[in-house]
Amino acid sequence: MTPPPDSSVAEAPDRSIFTQETGAGGTLPKWAPWGAFVGSLVFAGAVEAALGWFTIALMLVFGALIAIFAIYAWSRTVEGRRHAKDRAVTMAIATAFGVSMAPLISLLYEVIKRGAAGINWEFFTTTSRGAITGGGAEHAIVGTLIITACAVVISVPIGIMAAIYMNEYGRGPLRRALTFFVDVMTGIPSIVAGLFAYALFELFLGPGIQMGIMGSLALSVLMIPIVIRSAEEVLKIVPDHLREASYALGTPKWKTIVKVVLPTAFAGLVTGVMLATARIIGETAPLLVTTGVVTSLNTNPFDGRMQNLAVYAYNEYRSPGVMKQASYDRAWAAALTLIVIVMLLNVVARLVYRRYKTEIR
Amino acid sequence: MFGASTKPETKSEESRTKMSPAGPVTETSSQPQATAPARRAKRLEAKDVNLYYGDFHAVENVSLTIEPNKVTALIGSSGCGKTTFLRSLNRMHELTPGASVKGDIQLDGEDIYANGVDPVAVRSLIGMVFQQPNPFPTMSIYDNVAAGLNFNARKVSKSQKDEVVERSLRGAHLWDEVKDRLDRPGSGLSGGQQQRLCIARATAVSPEVLLMDEPCSALDPVATLAIEDLIGELKKEYTIAIVTHNMQQAARASDNTAFFNLDESGKPGHLVEIGPTEEIFTKPKQKETEDYVSGRFG
Repeated sequence: MTPPPDSSVAEAPDRSIFTQETGAGGTLPKWAPWGAFVGSLVFAGAVEAALGWFTIALMLVFGALIAIFAIYAWSRTVEGRRHAKDRAVTMAIATAFGVSMAPLISLLYEVIKRGAAGINWEFFTTTSRGAITGGGAEHAIVGTLIITACAVVISVPIGIMAAIYMNEYGRGPLRRALTFFVDVMTGIPSIVAGLFAYALFELFLGPGIQMGIMGSLALSVLMIPIVIRSAEEVLKIVPDHLREASYALGTPKWKTIVKVVLPTAFAGLVTGVMLATARIIGETAPLLVTTGVVTSLNTNPFDGRMQNLAVYAYNEYRSPGVMKQASYDRAWAAALTLIVIVMLLNVVARLVYRRYKTEIR
Repeated sequence: MFGASTKPETKSEESRTKMSPAGPVTETSSQPQATAPARRAKRLEAKDVNLYYGDFHAVENVSLTIEPNKVTALIGSSGCGKTTFLRSLNRMHELTPGASVKGDIQLDGEDIYANGVDPVAVRSLIGMVFQQPNPFPTMSIYDNVAAGLNFNARKVSKSQKDEVVERSLRGAHLWDEVKDRLDRPGSGLSGGQQQRLCIARATAVSPEVLLMDEPCSALDPVATLAIEDLIGELKKEYTIAIVTHNMQQAARASDNTAFFNLDESGKPGHLVEIGPTEEIFTKPKQKETEDYVSGRFG
């Protein structure tokens, strides 16, 4: 079955490392992808203008599509088929990335542009109590921070301990059931969490009750499963040989977890908590139900309504004051403040991770 | 059986610190007679030990004695259960979900599997060194060695801790290399240094027995030689059992050798024979052993 030696000798000259494709061997200039892209944009724009329905969005969409074919055709004639495919797919992937980034950048641009108008000293230092034309969001900022802080205080111990149970102790059906319910909880609509918290407090304190801590509880319902999930993933990558090394020193299991497992996973745990916090800090619906709408500053989560930024923004938009534009500006400013807080949380999470991460092999 | 100068129960601090002031270099040069025990460590005896992973019978009817202040090597082909057996000796085997043990393992006559025995206490007397050097990545060199004290001892003064750390690091032939950077992370050391650090960590809690699970398999020949020299020193104070795939290592570093084998894969592993290392490697009683040590299979 093996070919006679002569034939392989005869084939040998063909097995050159130089390409044998026809019309190939050249290389496109470095700027080729950009050139093709810009050229396609201009072409698409020109055609649209000629047809009379020119818009920037359409030009980008058609331009990107045309660019994929343009770079393929160009590369095909100069570099050969394989290079052409590579360049076309590269262009398609880059375009997809651009498309996915576009809404984010557009959103940031819009929020910063409109929010900047409402950002001023008054916004951070006054409440909207009794305000007819002016007022600020001090009460909403303080409320957001207090409600979120309480939610974190409730969720982190429960979440991390549950993750420890699931990863270090849990076995068999109970563990599987817990995993299942945590997954289900991750998908709970936030308004359901709000109604749950409301119903729970109403049971004991009567109807119409609204307090900051109720909002924190509702947010905890949303946050706990996220914390459990992320903490479990982090604990899972702590290698078993570190636990065994600790056991071999005659260390009890709980001490091994406290002194070896948790410190090793510390950076990941903190990052997970930060991201979970960022996820819940902008919740609106459950807080609308549980903490209500209020115009004055309230720093006691156990007594009376509490404003927060998301509900504040919603309210400024829904029922603007006498000067409508000023109310809209404040709503955007609240949104901007919220985004800045979320970004700060993300930055802190990254810094903590970089500072405390442990090399695990 | 033991040096006449050593009383069987000598475990006092003095007898142990005796060897520490002398550094590793002077020690090896001035004491060619390395086998004289500095104290009498405890003896481990296994009787009819059967080990299981769930329904799988991993090790069958092993009876052997790991002599005090001697190095016992466990050799055999892959999958014959020598590591499983080693892990049963300090009750690490049962940490694997579904694993179980039948039989009798005694530490100086005390059954370590008896009712009322705390596995944590067993492991504080029978330490272990693993295949992969595994210093705690969050801790400094100092804290790695002091880990056992930090985790378990009620109150240890700083000076006491310093003393234990220095003694353990000297004992592991690592002190001179790390004494200026005790506060640096242990994971920054080389593989061989990390393994010696792990040995120092294991000895810092003053165990009776040290179990070593292929301690050199991740190391280069120079680091391996350093560990083997160290093992020769350590047996003055500890009883040592070492699992190794490297027959030269067993021949070089051990006093007694136990050969494990299994009839075919899927069957439980068993002990073929145990005897003085020289005998096992030159005139073994069993044909199987001879085939293995002469390299005819395995």
